[in-house]
Amino acid sequence: MVGIVGYGAYIPKYRIKVEEIARVWNKDPNAIKKGLLVYEKAVPSLDEDTATIAVEASRNALKRSEINPKDIGAVYVGSESHPYAVKPTSTIVAEAIDATPELTAADLEFACKAGTAGIQMCMGLVESGLIKYGLAIGADTAQGAPGDALEYTAAAGGAAYIIGKSNVIAEFNGTYSYTTDTPDFWRREGKPYPRHGGRFTGEPAYFKHVINAAEGLMEKMGTKPEDYDYCVFHQPNGKFYIRVAKTLGFKEEQYKYGLLTPQIGNTYSGAVPLGLSNILDHCEGGERVLAVSYGSGAGSDAFDITITERINKVKDKAPKTAYYLERKEYIDYAIYAKFRRKIKM
Amino acid sequence: MVVRSWRHIKERYNLIGVRCKNCGTVYFPSREICPKCRRKTDFEDIKLSGRGKVYTYSVVHVAPKDFEKQAPYVIAIIELEEGVKITGQVVDCKPDEVYIGMPVEVVFRRIKEDGDDGVITYGYKFRPVEN
Ligand SMILES: [Zn+2]
Repeated sequence: MVGIVGYGAYIPKYRIKVEEIARVWNKDPNAIKKGLLVYEKAVPSLDEDTATIAVEASRNALKRSEINPKDIGAVYVGSESHPYAVKPTSTIVAEAIDATPELTAADLEFACKAGTAGIQMCMGLVESGLIKYGLAIGADTAQGAPGDALEYTAAAGGAAYIIGKSNVIAEFNGTYSYTTDTPDFWRREGKPYPRHGGRFTGEPAYFKHVINAAEGLMEKMGTKPEDYDYCVFHQPNGKFYIRVAKTLGFKEEQYKYGLLTPQIGNTYSGAVPLGLSNILDHCEGGERVLAVSYGSGAGSDAFDITITERINKVKDKAPKTAYYLERKEYIDYAIYAKFRRKIKM
Repeated sequence: MVVRSWRHIKERYNLIGVRCKNCGTVYFPSREICPKCRRKTDFEDIKLSGRGKVYTYSVVHVAPKDFEKQAPYVIAIIELEEGVKITGQVVDCKPDEVYIGMPVEVVFRRIKEDGDDGVITYGYKFRPVEN
């Protein structure tokens, strides 16, 4: 059965607190923290971008998989912050893990769900026998306009998944997607920051798609929330995540490991891949996981995953997600503005 | 400029050097002739581990134009496990935290960019090994 052969996470070291951003814009930090359930966010340094994050995560995934990188037949990088408008990120990643030149590669875009779309594409190519292994990465260095509500959450990070059929640490029991044309969040060509539909991003966008994808998958698989040991959902903030988890009937012990946004912010395409990597770090063979991404625009990909006994052989072969969560250095708004190139010179 | 950095992508992304099979010496960047063995040079490509120690370092306060925004930063000579010494920036590390003998590992970062519409050059840097 097609499954996960290796996984790896990466989160930049720098953090900015909600208090520090709120201080600059004269807002009440407690109201923001309570409203969003986000306390701080990860910030990339000047020499980090989606490509470097994707490479670090992929190298960690390779360490766990112990495969020859030349056996990777496809590399897909899902992001909404590719370093170039034209010139793929995926070729940089493929070269930096020494998988070139016999492979196919492409960059994917679908707001925050481009990473899980890459996983599905790799599943299909592996299942059909066209490739032996596929590498799918979700990574972002998301930007919010200065002073916009998104600035408190738009963060950086990513995770990589090597998909294959042999020596899997987790098997895909099934996948299901739910997609409609919904303009809840967008960024036009040439514009530095995205715009969003305010309250419209909630009910008809995030909640509708995540709930339909999760329920659609459970109906297809004949499962209920209690059949899963863990779950993870897209997490633009902590509040949406907990509300969607509870609405679907999941309990805290099921959703707690998947929720990272309160500590690192919304890593966009990296969010579900990173939440899933934290679950994999904590779970045991035989346990079952439900993962549901969300991308504005809009769509959700849901996955039903069963962990194999092999998981404990690979967990310690690369830094765990918790290592990156705890490795942090706080910066002030001025350094943040410099790192994020918000000051034009 | 684009062509010059493109030629070195493979070795700079993956720390590929050469090892002389005749005497065992490792070189990075790769070269044509082993100075110890001259005509007996017998090179093979070697992928370096990227793990090593700070051999010596310098904190750059007045940086060249491409690196001004990063100053102050640490430039170090790293002695890799394979015995070869290479120069690189040490990142995720404050200038007052670096010391001779500090264990480091390789990371993949942006090196420089040719303005805001030019090619971005990527390559190796080093970060402290924390644990
Ligand atoms: Zn020699």
